[in-house]
Amino acid sequence: MTETRPARAADRPDAPVSFIRRVAGRSDTMLFLVLLAVIASASTIIVNFATTVTLGFLLVQVVPVLLMAMPMTLIIVTGEIDLSVASTAGLTSAVMGVLWRDSGLGIWFVIVLCVLVGAVCGAVNGLLITALGLSSLAVTIGTLALFRGLALVVIGDQKVSNFPSELTSLATRRIGDTGIPLVMVGVLLVVGVFAVVLHSTSFGRTLFAMGYSPEAARFVGIRVDAAKFWLFVVSGAVSGMVGVYWTLRFASAGPDNATGLELSVIAAVLLGGVSIFGGRGTIAGVATGVLLIGTLTYALRLARVPETTLSIVTGLLLVLSVVTPSAIAWVREKRRLSRLHRNSPAVPAAG
Amino acid sequence: MSTVTTHQTPDAPVHPDHPHSSPTRRLASLLRARELPVAVALALLVLGTWLINDKFLSAQSVKDLMLNATIMVILAAGQAIVLITRNVDLSVGAIVGIVAFGTGALFEAAPGIPIAAVFVVGMVAGAALGALNGLLVTVARVPALVITLGTLYAYRGVLSSWAGSKQYFSGNNPRAFGQLSVDTVLRVPIITVIAALVVVVVAVYLAYRPAGRDLYAIGSDPEAAALFGIRLQARVLAAFAACGALTGLAGVLYASRYNSVGALTGSGLELDIVAAAVVGGVAISGGVGTVAGAAIGAVLLSTITSSLTATRVDKFWQQAIVGILILAAIVIDRVTAIRRSNKLRVSGPR
Repeated sequence: MTETRPARAADRPDAPVSFIRRVAGRSDTMLFLVLLAVIASASTIIVNFATTVTLGFLLVQVVPVLLMAMPMTLIIVTGEIDLSVASTAGLTSAVMGVLWRDSGLGIWFVIVLCVLVGAVCGAVNGLLITALGLSSLAVTIGTLALFRGLALVVIGDQKVSNFPSELTSLATRRIGDTGIPLVMVGVLLVVGVFAVVLHSTSFGRTLFAMGYSPEAARFVGIRVDAAKFWLFVVSGAVSGMVGVYWTLRFASAGPDNATGLELSVIAAVLLGGVSIFGGRGTIAGVATGVLLIGTLTYALRLARVPETTLSIVTGLLLVLSVVTPSAIAWVREKRRLSRLHRNSPAVPAAG
Repeated sequence: MSTVTTHQTPDAPVHPDHPHSSPTRRLASLLRARELPVAVALALLVLGTWLINDKFLSAQSVKDLMLNATIMVILAAGQAIVLITRNVDLSVGAIVGIVAFGTGALFEAAPGIPIAAVFVVGMVAGAALGALNGLLVTVARVPALVITLGTLYAYRGVLSSWAGSKQYFSGNNPRAFGQLSVDTVLRVPIITVIAALVVVVVAVYLAYRPAGRDLYAIGSDPEAAALFGIRLQARVLAAFAACGALTGLAGVLYASRYNSVGALTGSGLELDIVAAAVVGGVAISGGVGTVAGAAIGAVLLSTITSSLTATRVDKFWQQAIVGILILAAIVIDRVTAIRRSNKLRVSGPR
């Protein structure tokens, strides 16, 4: 993996850029415009797209990825990665099913325990990564298999589905006639908290510092290991919440819930402009990335485009989103060099 | 290969086959080999299972063990080439699917086609898909994890739209093609012989050819390798193409070995393969490990499944055990690395 950071115009202090150009030049603004364009064209082309029903289904669909993308953004900003999120959700779902079926505990207590299970999974990742100094990619490939395996051990190939109907209907209930799911209120709260933490606290700024240079961050006194450990715990807890939500929404606890979701989460985060090398990314961009993939998927599905084409689109979006900045940087560099060549004969004459 | 540069890579790992002056040193380097723990684990697993259930080493059972391991071994060997250069190819599961389905389609379209030609077509197709990954990685300078995650989706989507709900069954293939997975040479299935030959050729190439050593240099320190004059992009591109070609070979063998191939063939395989390589001592951070180790890792993972069945352990434990093995492999690797660096009186890890 060759590590070059695409240069951004906004990073160069000598470049006089107006506020509008600065906002317009940002990748998340571009992405937001693409999202608006997709929504606008889908509304005009596809019958029945611009309805509250669409809004409701679309939002319910993106909740799991949106939630998981939040801690994932912070983790990738620090230069690490968590591939075990979907397996953690699967294990949580299995535990929830078995506890509800066999323990006789109240459902709310079960839910709290499940979020704790998620947090413990995250703590296992965090400990292995920070205490032993292992690569998060390797560790979470291991726990991806381990947690999914434990889900199978816990619940076998059975399903539990007799959850209280108030709760399962709560998972998809809409606010009045707006079509917006009630659960979005909670999700927005989570997104808001993560946005504030990343962009408006000193802790958030230390995360960017770690991503740029872990050594430098250590030298200025940032407790890199502690921060990373807690990020993984939070990632586990949020994955646990997704496991609970997934179970209630489909009214089914099983070992294979949320299988493969980690790839969708990472695709959305990277599409949202977070640099895989760490040190760069915004919550707004990631939220836009999640919505863009969700909207595109839903619109194409409504237009009866086969499921298979959808995965090509997702893949191409991901590749394009990472290749484009490099391509732009390459073109800029070429133009800068050619300008230098053109100007170079003038230099000795002047001096 | 193209340019033969004579140089040595300073931080290449100790290879068990390296010529040493005395037998004791050779023994010492063998004991330090990264493949040793996984080979011992495999031996213990087979021995333990056999003690519990003596049918585990019956002729038929051993043949099944070899057949089950074959495809994983080839895939792990290919993945190891890419991992050594500090890259990863997550799209291999989709490539297996495309080539396996394509093999079925090819036999239907041209019934009289020689089997050797099918192998060539499969490997060339795999190499092309792998090279596309490599091209994107080297040209865009983006981590392979991201690019191959994207092409995993894209290739899988291409396969699904191509295959739809269609499946090709082994009955439609020429009999001789299916027999590759049935006939044996000295009790070893033919496709297993092919896999073993592949591992030997790739292992020797990586261990002794300058171009192979370059891959280790690139994985250890890309900047240093570039400064040294190694053509980084060409080598990485070649590594991806080689991985793709081996994956294509595995895809053709998949069509020979299994009853049906369709849109879902090979899905989810990518993580198992990376896991096999990591368990076999190939470091995900590049520059370390051997193809032989990855192959043993693949045999270990595929044997665990059969061994759980043979010992009547709850089959649900299989995946959890795979997870524990991966974690154990990387923890052991880390601990020995720390010990070694302490011994060298370097001021601790990093």
